[in-house]
Amino acid sequence: MTSYGPLLIIVPAYNEEGNVGHVVREIGEVMGDVPVLVLDDCSADATAAVARAAGARVLPMPSHLGLGGCVQAGYRLAFELGFEYVIRLDGDGQHDPHDIPQLYQALRESGCQMVIGSRFADGEGFQASGVRSLGIKFFRAILRPILGRPVKDPTSGYVGVNREALALFSKSFPLEYPEIEALVVLQRRAFRFVEVPCRMRKRRSGRSTITPLRSLYYIIHVLLGVFVNILKFERHRWRR
Amino acid sequence: MDRLSNVLTVFSLGLILLVLSSVRRAHIRVEYSVSWLGAAIVLLILSRWQGALGWLSTTIGIHDVPLALLLTVFAVFLFVFYRFSVVVSNLKDANIALTQRVAILEFHLRSQNESTQA
Repeated sequence: MTSYGPLLIIVPAYNEEGNVGHVVREIGEVMGDVPVLVLDDCSADATAAVARAAGARVLPMPSHLGLGGCVQAGYRLAFELGFEYVIRLDGDGQHDPHDIPQLYQALRESGCQMVIGSRFADGEGFQASGVRSLGIKFFRAILRPILGRPVKDPTSGYVGVNREALALFSKSFPLEYPEIEALVVLQRRAFRFVEVPCRMRKRRSGRSTITPLRSLYYIIHVLLGVFVNILKFERHRWRR
Repeated sequence: MDRLSNVLTVFSLGLILLVLSSVRRAHIRVEYSVSWLGAAIVLLILSRWQGALGWLSTTIGIHDVPLALLLTVFAVFLFVFYRFSVVVSNLKDANIALTQRVAILEFHLRSQNESTQA
């Protein structure tokens, strides 16, 4: 896979047979022969077969790991294979692959270790549902003093990382709801990130697993994870 | 109080027998039986040694001895559950790392097979 160049696109997917093929083909139309690796989190449907038929390589998990574990497996493989940059977009088709070139450009030219495809970088373009919108605003407020700068879309799963972040994440990556905690992990190592505008679309088929109750659990879980990451870092600093 | 102590004695002895028989049948590994055996022995001692229980209830400031006994039972099992949460968390981390490694190795094998066939 390394002969294709420095960029790998990873697509975590779980029971997305109705979407993943279209996502892979769309990436191919936009990015040509850039390799696409679908991370199949032990789907019960034909996600892996559909992804292969669409031209992607597949990293099939032998058991269901959840989003963080699945993405970390992709980062580990990308790091082992020597890729310089990895861009992740979700397998449900909500992230528009036409934004990949912008993310890639920002990744190469900004000097930042991570680029976030932000749904809100151009104002409040994307309309999230009630609880999710509240959660995003809450985390913006919580993260501002921790990161020392504002972040408009802390929950975006549309991200690009360079090899420095890849090395870090292949060793240490939040396992359940990774997006927000990953920002804290980066900041604690004095890594930088930048947000670039991206579009969010409706999923083509299937249903989202996010319910209001899960959103509430998500907020509590992530909040705890953020503070644990801060404490971990402070403990290391005091020990030094 | 005597009845409560007797019930606790029977319960502790039952727990010790259950754990030992589970270890013998290899249902529980020896290292994980230690917490349960320790908890059962503590409860057995408290249920039979009234002096120790009296000292404990005075020390923690609860002068109702049965209540002190029940709180101690609760605290002992809370500690055991905590210990097993740590064990389960470590196992989950190891399981995730292994699953990722297996997935990556399978990927390499498949790639190798494909390049051999091509």
